[in-house]
Amino acid sequence: MEKFKNVMSRPVPLNSAHVDTDQIIPKQFLKRIERTGFGQFLFFDWRFNDDGSPNEKFILNDLRFKNSEILLAQENFGCGSSREHAPWALRDYGFKVIISSSFADILYNNCFKNCILPLVLNEKDLEYLFESTLNFNDYMLNIDLEKNLLADNKGFKISFDIDSFRKKCLLEGLDDISLTLEHSEKIDMYEKKL
Amino acid sequence: MAPLTLFEKIWKNHVVHEEKGKPSLLYVDLHLVHEVTSPQAFEGLRQAGRQVRRKDKTFATMDHNVPTIDRYNIKDPISLQQIETLSSNCKEFDIELFDLNSPYQGIVHVIGPEQGLTRPGQTIVCGDSHTSTHGAFGALAFGIGTSEVEHVLSTQCLWQNKPKTFEVRVDGKRQSGVTAKDIILSIIGEIGTAGATGYVIEYTGEAIRSLSMEQRMTICNMSIEGGARAGMISPDETTINYLKERPRIKNIENLEQLINEWRNLASDEGSEFDKKLILNADKMAPQVSWGTSPGMVSGIDSKIPNPNDIEDSVKRKSTEDALSYMGLKPDTCIEDIKIDTVFIGSCTNGRLEDLIAASKVIQGNKVPSNINAIVVPGSQIVKMKAEQLGIDKIFKDAGFDWRESGCSMCLAMNPDKLSPGERCASTSNRNFEGRQGKGGRTHLVSPVMAAAAAINGRFTDIRSLDLDLGDY
Ligand code: SF4
Repeated sequence: MEKFKNVMSRPVPLNSAHVDTDQIIPKQFLKRIERTGFGQFLFFDWRFNDDGSPNEKFILNDLRFKNSEILLAQENFGCGSSREHAPWALRDYGFKVIISSSFADILYNNCFKNCILPLVLNEKDLEYLFESTLNFNDYMLNIDLEKNLLADNKGFKISFDIDSFRKKCLLEGLDDISLTLEHSEKIDMYEKKL
Repeated sequence: MAPLTLFEKIWKNHVVHEEKGKPSLLYVDLHLVHEVTSPQAFEGLRQAGRQVRRKDKTFATMDHNVPTIDRYNIKDPISLQQIETLSSNCKEFDIELFDLNSPYQGIVHVIGPEQGLTRPGQTIVCGDSHTSTHGAFGALAFGIGTSEVEHVLSTQCLWQNKPKTFEVRVDGKRQSGVTAKDIILSIIGEIGTAGATGYVIEYTGEAIRSLSMEQRMTICNMSIEGGARAGMISPDETTINYLKERPRIKNIENLEQLINEWRNLASDEGSEFDKKLILNADKMAPQVSWGTSPGMVSGIDSKIPNPNDIEDSVKRKSTEDALSYMGLKPDTCIEDIKIDTVFIGSCTNGRLEDLIAASKVIQGNKVPSNINAIVVPGSQIVKMKAEQLGIDKIFKDAGFDWRESGCSMCLAMNPDKLSPGERCASTSNRNFEGRQGKGGRTHLVSPVMAAAAAINGRFTDIRSLDLDLGDY
């Protein structure tokens, strides 16, 4: 897996709670048998009008947030189906960090497998980020995973919590399967008892 | 020894490796595979030159893409490719597949229990969030992503952070017409769609104990809609009676010993949970969802909420957005909502008891001609058994379409879908925007409520029909 590096970007404020994976990537795009190329379908039903033109009202189509690598969302981001197509689409579109006040379990897990950092902040800090990115045209957020640090160019700086094992996997781009295979003997032993 | 919960016993039995500050490596007893979330996992194995570690613990079926009319004629080339990819992957990696020709084919969460693959005490995973269904048997069952599918295929293990435990106790006795679906919708309405995030729920209490296995599956199925990692119910005599007749269980040599082990899995008297909720079934009404998230539900005898009454701004906006998508006005009586379509099926409510109960509502009635109503059995076995009982005839006489098994309109990855603006009474589990087709409007209900809506063209309190629904 690729290694997670520092991210510096103006975040996109997606002001919706309970964004489900059916919205992140609608089911008609789950039929591909590859892992790649899902970015074009991200938030498809919100991003595009029925005639295929971009929906100007949807925040991802707002030019101020073009090429952003950080997505802000309200609570319980990524609920619903377990489809890993959701993080594939988010990552392929260009997002490296997702910030919310809470995440659904499976999506949270799936992010780490795809070099995306899902960050949980308290509601107050999240609200501050939402407002700032809307208010300041030069707004920039810096995420330094190594130091557990989130800072903007307006003097706001906090350290965030993240499971240290998951952090290590992201930073070193560790592949889960190889990690597990280091424990092959234990798996063999376990199976002998079955 | 300290009393343990069902969850703690299963967890303890499956730890292969643990280290402080890291997730635990858990052994997986049963891995179920379907066509949508597996192609990239098999591709990963191929690229790395890896094998499937335990073919004997891995089973596959095709359900999401399968047409429910003329099932061998898959017109969508990409659907067909996904189906064919699963077939060839199963052949290449030597995995047992319940394909379209199999008499046992069906929705993955229907056929696992039906065949007796699902058993108490197991760890069960599948690249599908409704894997929680299998927890009804006292198993620890949860959905995983495709990377994890690949991981389990090659190692038969999974890294997991230990979730917390949540007891949801439902006391009392349901009124006739209030079903397992209404219990779980009430629970989600109460805790919200993120109310159990990070937890494994164990459902306890008299109202849960009195449910049949099929009804318990309906409850556990929707645990994920409350955000839970998994949902489970301690095994008891109901569990054992169901299981000992299953094709893959009944001939096991030391079955009695196995059954004793199953009995011992139940949560011990006095075991502690991290969180607890107590509800009473006496007061529950049949539920209807009115919004775009499964937590947005009300009793049939109530009204749609008014966003102006909601203080929290995020919540108010969610409600406004939901009502606008659903084309509904605040304060409308649920019974005044007219519907266009009825879907009875899915891994939540596509089992034999569901179809029998719905047929009792339908019997002798006709679906108005402007309403499109379909029944999709959860598996080919469910379909066959229903046909033996003549239930297909009751549905067909009333004007329902009687289909072949599959996920069908639950997620519309196949030809069954809603058109924009079409309003559906659905026995499935998700009412997200576009879930049943772009612009489609889903109302989640029980099979008997769906059947009553089909006859009357609008939501109707099933209790007012005064039917004998037995223990359903
Ligand atoms: S019936 Fe619906 S929820 Fe169940 S497995 Fe199929 S698509 Fe998923």
